[in-house]
Amino acid sequence: MLRPHSVRYVARFLFPVGALGSIAMFIGAAWYVFHASAPETITLPLGLPDLPFHIRLDALSAFFLMILGLSSAGISLFAAGYFRSGEGTAPGVLGLYYHVFLASMAIVILADDAYLFMVAWETMALSSYFLVTSQHRIPEIRSAGFLYLLMAHLGAVCILLSFGVMQGGSWQFTLDAMRGASLSPFWASVAFTLALIGFGAKAGLVPMHVWLPEAHPAAPSPVSAMMSGLMLKTAIYGLLRVTFDLLHVHFWQWGVAVLALGLFSGLFGAIFAAVQTDMKRLLAYSSIENIGLIFTGIGLSILFAASHLLLFAALALSAALIHALNHSLFKSMLFLATGSVLHATRQRSLGKLGGLIRYMPWVATLALIGTLAIAGLPPLNGFISEWLLLQSFLFTPRLPHAFINMLIPLGAAALALTVALAAYVMVKFYGVIFLGQPREPSLQQAHDANWLERLGLSWLAAGCIVIGVQPQLALHAAGKATRLLVGQAVVPDPSLWRIAPIAPAQASYSGSIFLGVIVCVVAITFLGVRLLAHGRMRRTAAWDCGYRWQTSRMQDTAEGFGQPIRHMFGAFFQMERQLPSADDMNPRYQMHIEDRFWRAMYRPIAAAVPRLADAISVLQGGRLAIYLLYSFLTLLGLLVFVLWL
Amino acid sequence: MLRSHLDLEFAKLLAAAMLLLSFVMLSTRRTQQLITLFAWQGTILFLSTVLVAHDAGVTELYFSAALTLILKVITLPLVLHFLIRRLGAQWDNEPLVNIPVTMLVGLVLVIFAFGLAQPISILATTIMRHTIGIALSVILLSFLMMITRRKAVTQVIGFLAMENGLFLAATSATYGMPMVIELGIALDLLVAVFILGIFFFQIREQFDSLDLHHLESLREE
Amino acid sequence: MALKFVPFMWQFGEVILAVALAPLFAGWIGQCRAWMQNRSAPPLTQQYRMLRKLFKKDVALAENASRLYRTAPYVLFATMVLVAAITPSVVTDLPFAHAADAIALIGLFATARVFQALAAMDIGTSFGTLGARREMMVGFLAEPAILMVFFNAFLLFDSTALTSLVDNYSTHPSVIDPSVIFAAIAFVMVLLAENARIPIDNPATHLELTMIHEAMVLEYSARHLALVEWASSLKLFNYVCIGIALFLPWGIAIHGANLIAILIALAALSVKLAFCGAVLALIESLSAKLRIFRAPEFLAMAFLIAVLGLLVHLLLGANTNA
Repeated sequence: MLRPHSVRYVARFLFPVGALGSIAMFIGAAWYVFHASAPETITLPLGLPDLPFHIRLDALSAFFLMILGLSSAGISLFAAGYFRSGEGTAPGVLGLYYHVFLASMAIVILADDAYLFMVAWETMALSSYFLVTSQHRIPEIRSAGFLYLLMAHLGAVCILLSFGVMQGGSWQFTLDAMRGASLSPFWASVAFTLALIGFGAKAGLVPMHVWLPEAHPAAPSPVSAMMSGLMLKTAIYGLLRVTFDLLHVHFWQWGVAVLALGLFSGLFGAIFAAVQTDMKRLLAYSSIENIGLIFTGIGLSILFAASHLLLFAALALSAALIHALNHSLFKSMLFLATGSVLHATRQRSLGKLGGLIRYMPWVATLALIGTLAIAGLPPLNGFISEWLLLQSFLFTPRLPHAFINMLIPLGAAALALTVALAAYVMVKFYGVIFLGQPREPSLQQAHDANWLERLGLSWLAAGCIVIGVQPQLALHAAGKATRLLVGQAVVPDPSLWRIAPIAPAQASYSGSIFLGVIVCVVAITFLGVRLLAHGRMRRTAAWDCGYRWQTSRMQDTAEGFGQPIRHMFGAFFQMERQLPSADDMNPRYQMHIEDRFWRAMYRPIAAAVPRLADAISVLQGGRLAIYLLYSFLTLLGLLVFVLWL
Repeated sequence: MLRSHLDLEFAKLLAAAMLLLSFVMLSTRRTQQLITLFAWQGTILFLSTVLVAHDAGVTELYFSAALTLILKVITLPLVLHFLIRRLGAQWDNEPLVNIPVTMLVGLVLVIFAFGLAQPISILATTIMRHTIGIALSVILLSFLMMITRRKAVTQVIGFLAMENGLFLAATSATYGMPMVIELGIALDLLVAVFILGIFFFQIREQFDSLDLHHLESLREE
Repeated sequence: MALKFVPFMWQFGEVILAVALAPLFAGWIGQCRAWMQNRSAPPLTQQYRMLRKLFKKDVALAENASRLYRTAPYVLFATMVLVAAITPSVVTDLPFAHAADAIALIGLFATARVFQALAAMDIGTSFGTLGARREMMVGFLAEPAILMVFFNAFLLFDSTALTSLVDNYSTHPSVIDPSVIFAAIAFVMVLLAENARIPIDNPATHLELTMIHEAMVLEYSARHLALVEWASSLKLFNYVCIGIALFLPWGIAIHGANLIAILIALAALSVKLAFCGAVLALIESLSAKLRIFRAPEFLAMAFLIAVLGLLVHLLLGANTNA
């Protein structure tokens, strides 16, 4: 902080130090997960008098600290290479916000009383708000930041109220007291609903998702990575903490609600991601999709837990936890890759990119790993969690509810559709940015990322590969958390090379064999072809059925790639299209796609608020005597209330 | 009541085929194909009635099976084929509401019917008792078909398919309806088809088409 | 000690068998189709000849092709070999079969599909991107349907691992659940769509406006094309073998297989393959290619049939146990 305007000092020194801190946090949390079991609690001599801060480390918070440390290390390394002058805010201030943001997320996860939790939660929201609006001279970014702050506060109010309900008359706000409180089913449901709304707003669950596609693209890329990869996970953490740790009873209706919201968010996010033309917006919608998958797992887990099928509950919960871990890795990585692309080309629109694999081979190769991982393809990590989730869906016919057990297999199909759509989206993302011919001549001057950026990306890519090939590590860590939450854990297969969640005869999966066999066969085939045939090759023009003129404009654009989705899922979009007529000399094509929720839900509310405010402003007569009367009446009211109590 | 395991398996198979046929009917565009499918549905109904008759040893049911065979597999399809040939409607393509959407609605109906049938089928005693849900879904799906179609002939086929579903429900819940009622229904069907056939000619004469949306112009303004 | 290596021997043999037989199977389908259409049929070994010719040729590579483009054929081939290693076509005692259950196989097919689509987008030609988009579209519609088929199998035999499915089937062979018929129909529909067969795509022509698979491999030549073609015939072979394992598993040598059982399994496999090839050729000869926007309808139908099977099983099966 001594030289807040020196980019070299802030970027090259502070961020790597932050990365080291993150790594230390990761190692500490991982050590706890694999070796310790009893929760550690500390009461800090901080906070208000008689209201000290409590901190607690248990398997659940350790798991999320692990996620936080693992991904933020990569992001900080990348940020060290990424930030340069001219980002709008002075680098020192940016560095401060960044690390406050990081620290507040860690405290949210560690907090053991509602007071500290809310303080950290608000710090997280505010610091990230300042990071989002670091380019505050651009009006769109300011309004995106405002929307984000508004939604964050609405969510925070719900969370606060939820804590208020959960203290259950004891007026103790430590989480321990809430664990001990016994709530009637009605109040438990109220607390759960409030928590779902509050944490759902932070996580970007449909229909509280509107801020997400605005705020993520507005922020600098490492900040988008932090928000999407990590901040959304704190909301997941909060919901898990409330649902499984603080509330003891579970009702299957909760599970159905969360499941339905999750599946819908997943499908909604995937469909909208498929039609985006801005690369960061595309990733933001893909975050909604992934959050949807995580909520699907949580919903399923509640449903199983409510029916006392605890092993299956643990399976679904493991899937959700591992997907949170995976998503933090690959989504951070892809956001960072878009940052590199943005710096190299100054383009965010997919319609003006293309062919970058030839100019930015490092970023392209590393982003390929992220793309394959997020598309849910074996042997990378994204597949693990989706596979576990599908495995837990297999057991839904055992639920003891007549209609539910017939409807939920359809949920598995919706999940499969979402996952397959995600693959479609990621092919579009990668293909349009990195493959094909460059759509603008200026792209040929694009330069590859610098070594710190590469290091950050490689760290995250390594995480994707390791978890994909050795999923039992993640399963083991998640098992500790599920044992804490539902009392059961999916035991990884004792053999090191595969996972078999319920029984090896039912289903098993081995990432290492996948990778091993594919690599071996590729090598053998390559050698075999070279030895038995030959390796001759010549470079020519592309053939393309003999069409001679191949310009970059003849490739599919991002709009073109989204066309089948627009065609099939037209009902989801609010579309405005301007098509050129056949004999137009200067054909122009314009399309605008809007979220239906925006028009149907948010605009009416936004219109109602000023009207309400006008109605209330009648109270403000302007005369002093009237204001005194209000105070007097309030006082009387309070006195009567006290008397009545 | 399980006379034999094989009978049960066979009954399930027939019921499942019945459901599948209903779905195929829901998605078919050609009128002629629809009639063929209807005849197949009748055949399955005939087989399952024979199966129940055989399993329970109720001779009366053999008669109703024979009635099904004669009426629904032979007579009605022939009449319908004759009708559409005379009307020149055999190549008619039906403009359908979006097929995947119709199918999804159909699927929801099936789930609804299955859920609804579960308590009933526990009470029933025949070997076909599991198929009550399927019979109910066949009824609902045929109804859905009548709603989504616009041609007069298809509507009648939908009506007849619905009756098939009712018949299946009757044989699966109890051992069929009393013979008198069944004969009455059969006669009713026959008469209905003849009257509707006459209607077709009238409609076509009036509007030069069998598209039912022309009938909308008949309402009072 | 020696006994421990026997399964690995079976494993290896089965993979070699699949890799070697796949072009023959594709040739057999071609031959059946030619017969049904009253054409004179190409020889059964046509595919091998084509592969040999392609391996001999020099690669003509587009100027801007990247390394991804050149690696993709090898990856495609490798994923299909891996699928062949996991699918029990002759024996079920396969060490690698534990690497994946049927749901993981869907993922493996998706990996191949994504690589193929990415490679098709690499050169940046109009047809390549068009093919990639269509392939991905067919893929995301097919996946829910095939998943429902495997779901159904799980409900029947309490497993999604193909080897256990076959083993379980042999212990209760009397089960003829109606849901199996639904699942089989849905599976065949997905098979046709996923392997670029007739109602969705025509493998025999480059008809510019309707092609899917051909559009994607248009720029490949020589050994790359050979590998892509080999991989796609292997994919068809694998799909048929998965279908056999799910619906016609009679004769597959289960645990503790000896040489006689293997020979019987081989004979059964060849009969079943010949039958399936003929049926596929028959379906392809009888149906017309659909417009590309009818493809969603076709696959939605497959999905619905699979779900119906599931529901029928839940309704009819649940009460039997009660």
